[in-house]
Amino acid sequence: MSGKTAMDCVKLARDPARPHLSDFIGFMCSDFVELHGDRFVNDDRGLIGGFARIGGEKVLILGHNKGASVEENMTANFGMANPDGYRKAMRLAGLAEKFRLPVVTFVDTPGAYPGREAEERGQAEAIARSLEFFAQLKTPVVVVITGEGGSGGALAIAVGDRVLMMENAVYSVISPEGCAGILWRDGSKAPEAAEALKITAHDLKRLGVVDVIVKEPAGGAQKNHRAACAAVKQAVLAALAELKKISPEELLGLRYGKLRAMGNFY
Amino acid sequence: MGWFENKERPKIPPEKELWAVCPKCKSHFEKAAWRKNDSICPKCNYHGRLSARERITHTADAGTFNEVFREVTYSDHLGFHDAAGPYRGKAEATIARTGETESVVMGACSICGHRVMLGVMDFAFLGGSLGTGTGERIARACELAVRERLPLVIFSASGGARMHEGILSLMQMAKTAAAIGRLKEAGLPYISVLTDPTTGGVSASYAMLGDINITEPKALIGFAGRRVIENTIHQKLPADFQSAEYLEKHGFIDRIVERGEMKGFIAKMLDYWGF
Repeated sequence: MSGKTAMDCVKLARDPARPHLSDFIGFMCSDFVELHGDRFVNDDRGLIGGFARIGGEKVLILGHNKGASVEENMTANFGMANPDGYRKAMRLAGLAEKFRLPVVTFVDTPGAYPGREAEERGQAEAIARSLEFFAQLKTPVVVVITGEGGSGGALAIAVGDRVLMMENAVYSVISPEGCAGILWRDGSKAPEAAEALKITAHDLKRLGVVDVIVKEPAGGAQKNHRAACAAVKQAVLAALAELKKISPEELLGLRYGKLRAMGNFY
Repeated sequence: MGWFENKERPKIPPEKELWAVCPKCKSHFEKAAWRKNDSICPKCNYHGRLSARERITHTADAGTFNEVFREVTYSDHLGFHDAAGPYRGKAEATIARTGETESVVMGACSICGHRVMLGVMDFAFLGGSLGTGTGERIARACELAVRERLPLVIFSASGGARMHEGILSLMQMAKTAAAIGRLKEAGLPYISVLTDPTTGGVSASYAMLGDINITEPKALIGFAGRRVIENTIHQKLPADFQSAEYLEKHGFIDRIVERGEMKGFIAKMLDYWGF
């Protein structure tokens, strides 16, 4: 952490060379089977999911997909999901619950997609329902913040029993640029806003939002995908092993208690 | 900006201004006439903003509102400081000006004789933003409603999550959604009234989770801001984009209810549901 500013973390978290969802799946999982569609209108490419094995564990993977090529960046809206993406996530998580498999989510998005169709198909409703849904899902949920945790679009798949965060990832209620534009009336004050918002892994651990910080290879995850993914894999397996011992009913109570304690200062 | 703008115009304190301007159709009215019409535009029927206390007067049976959780207030756990100064100073000034201690006022009351837990957001309190105190009041209200077997009614009015409280304000979206989920699991009704404006983190949490979601004519309801969307998609959006009428057309609102009918409508639904 020494000497690194919040804005340094923002830059690292957004580095295109950082491992993306396909890298995590490639290095951590075997036999990934992607499943498509929300059953209403679309198969969102900004948020994808499917069944996979991590070590010996069968799990459901959900994650924001920023895309590995320019072409994929475009079809996936750089990981900014549409309502269809969140509805697909709920559908697949429902399957995991039905077949008693844990869910592992990978969070890396600038935010939910701000588009005309996104609003018309109920972006707000999809995120709201997703929060309510994951709070009640009767199977373990492990969340990994891998890059940018951008506001409601990130939170929609970040309600879980264990929240892991990579050392150089950030997670915030608003982008530093957006916050600076509103509260400083000057987007170039983003570094000040980033500092004030407290968005680094260490800040979030202190605030009780994050349970585990996953250390990154020297210089950052972009320098060594294999090592970065191995560290995440180990942390995910450790979290799954703990959660396996808890009954689904007890898990729901603990998850509610965890959410309930967020920002209770009274 | 333009040459016609008179920069020297003296500032008139809002309470002394004689004219009210409808923000939707830009028509001018005498302020007293606007007030007398319950802050509804006589020309275009836009339902203007009300303070939490005005809304409670409109909604609760006289003398029945019993406020709770007033001690739950904003939290400056980040020591947040922006270009305008410290958050604490801004929050304290807001408390002094509005007489409220958070952006939602919560209490038990009767609506046409039906006992309910009522929450009303006040846009004048830091833009109705969702802070940790707001989320805590809503979560507590859900839990109290479950214990007392009361239906929940929330009137929302908010620009979204409160940046000054950082990530924990974002977490209030999850906390409130979880608490609403438990209330519904307990078989209790939740009526969400999305008033002008309900956007961002509030529309994307408890406001969109009603057993029914209702609104008033011409209210602005959405997730992302119009300008952000236009800058993203490089297109002009239709004039009625994110209006109550637009949302009803797209299937996200059960009904648009006139202000004068709102109380009776809520009572009628509770009556149908046996509460």
